[in-house]
Amino acid sequence: MSEHCARFRDVGKRFDDLWVLRDVSLELPARHTSAIVGESGCGKTTLLQLANGVLRPDAGAIDVLGGPVPTTDVETFRRRIGYAVQGAGLFPHLTVRANVTLLARLEGWPAERIAERFEELLDEMGLAAGLADQYPIQLSGGQQQRAGLCRALMLKPDMLLLDEPFSALDPISRVELCEQFASAQRQEGVSALLVTHDMREAAQLADYLVILGEGGVLQAGATTEVIAKPHPGYVERLLNTQLGDLR
Amino acid sequence: MTRRGAAPQRGGWPTSARSRAGAARHGARNAATALAFAAAIAAASAPAAGEAAPADAGKPIVVASKNFNEGYILAELLAQLLETGGFAVERRFGLGGTLVCYEALLAGEVDVYPEYTGTLARAILKREDSPSAQALNAAVAPSGLELLGAFGYNNTYVLATTRPVAREHGLATVSDLVPARQLRVTVSHEFLERGDGWPGLARAYGFDWAPSGIEHGLAYQALADGAIDVTDAYSTDGELLRYNLVMLRDDKGFFPEYLAAPLVRADLPAAAKERLRRLAGTLTEANMQALNAAVLFEDANFASAAAQHLRSLGIESEGRGIGFWGVLGRNTLRHLELTAVALLPAVVIGVGVSILVFRVAWLSRALIYGAGLLQTIPSIALLAFMIPLFGIGAAPAIVALFLYSLLPIARNTVTALVTVDPVLLRVAKAMGLTRWQELRHVLLPLAAPSVLAGARTAAVISIGTATLAAFIGAGGLGDPIVTGLALNNHALILQGAVPAALLAIAAEFAFEGVERALTPQHLRVART
Repeated sequence: MSEHCARFRDVGKRFDDLWVLRDVSLELPARHTSAIVGESGCGKTTLLQLANGVLRPDAGAIDVLGGPVPTTDVETFRRRIGYAVQGAGLFPHLTVRANVTLLARLEGWPAERIAERFEELLDEMGLAAGLADQYPIQLSGGQQQRAGLCRALMLKPDMLLLDEPFSALDPISRVELCEQFASAQRQEGVSALLVTHDMREAAQLADYLVILGEGGVLQAGATTEVIAKPHPGYVERLLNTQLGDLR
Repeated sequence: MTRRGAAPQRGGWPTSARSRAGAARHGARNAATALAFAAAIAAASAPAAGEAAPADAGKPIVVASKNFNEGYILAELLAQLLETGGFAVERRFGLGGTLVCYEALLAGEVDVYPEYTGTLARAILKREDSPSAQALNAAVAPSGLELLGAFGYNNTYVLATTRPVAREHGLATVSDLVPARQLRVTVSHEFLERGDGWPGLARAYGFDWAPSGIEHGLAYQALADGAIDVTDAYSTDGELLRYNLVMLRDDKGFFPEYLAAPLVRADLPAAAKERLRRLAGTLTEANMQALNAAVLFEDANFASAAAQHLRSLGIESEGRGIGFWGVLGRNTLRHLELTAVALLPAVVIGVGVSILVFRVAWLSRALIYGAGLLQTIPSIALLAFMIPLFGIGAAPAIVALFLYSLLPIARNTVTALVTVDPVLLRVAKAMGLTRWQELRHVLLPLAAPSVLAGARTAAVISIGTATLAAFIGAGGLGDPIVTGLALNNHALILQGAVPAALLAIAAEFAFEGVERALTPQHLRVART
């Protein structure tokens, strides 16, 4: 696989007459976690949805997983990309097991392989086996989020798109889950693209930082580099207010 | 008052009808009026007005009746006569009025039903005179129909009084009333107004005074109590016998004739027509009064009353073998069949159409409004609208029930589909589910509890509405209800109403079971 899991070149996206993103050019490293940080409404989620073809750019070009985002058979493409959202988005009518294994079953994986992978993921994400046959409503927020991440990882995807999956959790579960995720991500060797408004979370998880603002990229680079040399203005203020003690 | 045809309607339906026997005819007429519009459309539409379709040999002979006491007894007579003659018979009793019966006969869905000459002349042929049987036969022949020999009696208006009053004032004929001005002649409101009632009678006999009006339901009792002296009646009313009243002979022949006779399709097998002719001239007014009274005031039912008359003619008939439970079972099965056959396609089509349109807001609204509009049509009217399109019997009832079931199902389905959490749909799309997989694994399972709730509502509505389907000959638990209304027999009404209510409750439980089996508890629709 190439060095980059995703490459944006002069990408623009507008809704009606309003440009949400403009002139976005990014190269996100493969097999690492990249964080996209910015305030609400800055286009973070839009960027994520451009990456899996749920939205299409109005300008520029996007390569994901070594080629342009396909326009036909986009489902096959999307199954190479795990997806997790804030609140987990588990299907309420399916048990944890059924949620996590849905895609594998649709893909026609043999039952043993499904069971094996499922147990492996429960273990990796620290989810008790006893919860496998519970419905989402019976789980705590942290457990739901773990199940959501298991679901995203089920097909051994090449890339993960994470839309603020840790945001709604209490601080303790959040730190725990972030650690668990970081270890799972390394173990799976999967590229991850994490959208968050929380600089701390980004600094903890990501090797590469993208700061979005004013409809474009304010700064992008290795996390250590950005933290060490923030661009003056917004980025510097963001880092100072959110990461003051860590720096 | 079905047999007299389309007189102006008065009063509510069906409970405010005027007397026991009268209730039957009035109730029937009111229902008939509800159906008259549809039947009129049928009359105007091409095949019905022209040649009748040929009867299919080998099929049972369909015997129909209107929904009043005498109509049932006569039809049962015809049916048993055919059965004892070796013919297979299907009973379509209690149809909602003259025009429904007549149109069904023209369309070939009914082979024979008892009709009255006066009704045929006035209500169907729209004639003002009183044509002979021959003239009537000539008039219906081009439509492929035939009026067989009359049963023998004339069920027309009569003036009735008590025996003591008749004796005291020497009353035997209507003319005898002319000098007896001191008598309290009190007639039904309708008789007071009808052209073939008091106004015509007064002209023919030279009455120069006007009687007072009374609700007919009270008239017999008032006569018996001596509160009034003379009132109007139908000449075969069972009450005439019960109260031992005297009928004053219409010595000037004013009242038109209402001779009951089998009206058949001309293409009925000759042997069957021959068999039916055996009843010609076998019933007098007194006989008919006795048969009516036996059903209304004694323990007889239509079948046993008919069997009794046939036995008097030397024809042994069992008077129908099916007992209470047999009838109940048959009606219940029929009812379930009507409801289920309507409900299943309503679920399939309601859900299917909802799936097709729910992503387009204006289409969804159009669907809900359209189905809602259907729901606002009164059930008896919707049933009537189906007659010109589907005839009588089960088909129109099933179509009507189907249309009624669409709204709750479509509304619940569309609402459930459009209110699925958009986050779940975003996830489904992003994780790579195809449209179909999203529908199959996310949308439909999430909508299922609501769809089930809609189907449950539809089932309960259908079970209730299906009782009205008896008016258009669909059978089911409405049969005893319609008959019970015709006879003012509460026990009979309950024989339909109670099982129908139980059926509705059973349907509730059945759906609850299905829901339990299909839906995890936290997703079930809350009970209200």
